[in-house]
Amino acid sequence: MAFSFSPEELVAIGLSLKVALWAVITSTPIGVLVALLLARCEFWGKSLVNGLVHLPLILPPVVTGYILLLLFGRRGPLGELLENGLGIVFAFRWTGAALAAAVMGFPFLVRAVRLSIEAVDRRLEAAAGTLGARPVWVFLTVTLPLSLPGLLAGMTLMFGKALGEFGATITFVSNIPGETQTLPTAIYAFTQVPGGEDAALRLVFVSVVISLAALMLSELFARHVARRVALS
Amino acid sequence: MTLEVDVALSRASFELAARFQTGPGVTALFGRSGSGKTTLVNLVAGLLRPDRGRILVGGRALFDSAARIDLPSHRRRVGYVFQESRLFPHLTVRQNLLYGFWFRGQSFRLGSIDQIVELLGISDLLMRRPSSLSGGEKQRVSIGRAVLSDPAILLMDEPLASLDDARKGEILPYLERLRDELDLPILYVSHSVPEVVRLATTMIVLSAGKIIASGPVEEVMGRPELFPATGRYEAGSVLEAHVVAHDAEFGLTELETAGGLLRVPRLDNAVGTRLRILIRARDVMIATERPRQISALNILAGRIVALQDDGRPIGEATIAVGEGTIQARVTRRSMSQLDLAPGREVFAVVKTVAIDHKSFGQYPERSGRESEEV
Repeated sequence: MAFSFSPEELVAIGLSLKVALWAVITSTPIGVLVALLLARCEFWGKSLVNGLVHLPLILPPVVTGYILLLLFGRRGPLGELLENGLGIVFAFRWTGAALAAAVMGFPFLVRAVRLSIEAVDRRLEAAAGTLGARPVWVFLTVTLPLSLPGLLAGMTLMFGKALGEFGATITFVSNIPGETQTLPTAIYAFTQVPGGEDAALRLVFVSVVISLAALMLSELFARHVARRVALS
Repeated sequence: MTLEVDVALSRASFELAARFQTGPGVTALFGRSGSGKTTLVNLVAGLLRPDRGRILVGGRALFDSAARIDLPSHRRRVGYVFQESRLFPHLTVRQNLLYGFWFRGQSFRLGSIDQIVELLGISDLLMRRPSSLSGGEKQRVSIGRAVLSDPAILLMDEPLASLDDARKGEILPYLERLRDELDLPILYVSHSVPEVVRLATTMIVLSAGKIIASGPVEEVMGRPELFPATGRYEAGSVLEAHVVAHDAEFGLTELETAGGLLRVPRLDNAVGTRLRILIRARDVMIATERPRQISALNILAGRIVALQDDGRPIGEATIAVGEGTIQARVTRRSMSQLDLAPGREVFAVVKTVAIDHKSFGQYPERSGRESEEV
């Protein structure tokens, strides 16, 4: 097996990284807010919000993809709104792949962040308040830094999930080389044609390397941060 | 700057109704655990909300249920030193100290940062992280952090409770300097009589959510009926004293008190220093004749003014000596054998050895800086 990638494979690798990174970056602020809401607020319909966030974990990915297609397709209510309003198109674009990856990876992010926010000592937050910090500053200077290990772990998990997302992606944005063909859908495509085994194997190898690297990097970060915030 | 509190809070298992006022200096909020001390300071800090009432600092309403005022804690300018230092683990000592300063320090009125750092002796710790500090160091940093947030009043919730005796001794001098050198009233929660005697000017005694006594420390400590609340073991009389002489040969110091001359183990204070001395009731014996050939060095002639005998094996006697009074704890058997009764002339005997460094407190010595209230 020669280890030179075909242009098509390289595009799939690049696109996968782009889709996964965008998915993680755009959902992180929302994920942190939702996690904060679930961890620290009591409100009517909390369990419904919690359920909605975790739904993609339980639903068959095809169903999630199909729902995304209905909502964010060119004729879907949200898709139309976004296209006319902001010029953002999801259907059959890489942006759609990123959206699918974000939705599928969201529960992992929220769960990790929520747990680490819940682990932050609220007495420290109260102390920050008595020192004159308004709640938003308490969050930014105490809660968030102290839950950073969990946030990093959540982002890594989500990145891994985004990288491997298959069902919802292929249902929502199909498998268009150069536009929506990510690593898993490319591997799937290669296994479906005669003589594609080598290419599939190469991409499998790349997937393993990327995932492992992400995990190790996150572990490193988390350990570093944990050492810094080692509880007194 | 004064603190005025008149609050009520009702919980399923706990009722609190308290009304008090503090002045400058240290006011001790005294009581056993569960008496509501921490609840009360949390109400002042805005960490808990009373059902009704008013909390004013320097005339500024922090809470007023009638006027619908309830300032959030970050707007109260109430410094809070917690029992467990609560330093931010992800920040250095320096960043911890400056935390409140960032938010409120623009018009820091209590001096300079360097001055506070020096006053608390923490200048060598600035670059360290809280996890590497000892308990005493943590508490000093935590005090500095609260002071640097430019509070109008400082609340301290048993800041020494989690420390051993040696660490307490290490911090107490810093608390005295804080009290004497800064224009900052302090509400000091404690259940330790020696700490109160050492630091406080006035004390408020809390029991089961109610204030049962308040006033100057000497006066409140002298009331035997409060002993159940002030803690029987440490309870006793607090007397004002002046150092009159040192006895170099035997290593003793003579103190002039309202009750007469007292000999105590050698003190470092100069002649003329004004001190406060706690004589625990359990360390005072009563004799009906002047004892001779006795090792105790302090024999004070006086008259019993009150006997508290509630049928328990041990009772309390209040003896008027000189201008003051002294409490003695004696058995009921002795009361009966010696025919002790109010009016009876007796001698109060205090062993010099029973008095140690924990028995003393210094009166606040203001270093001339007058309060500049705006």
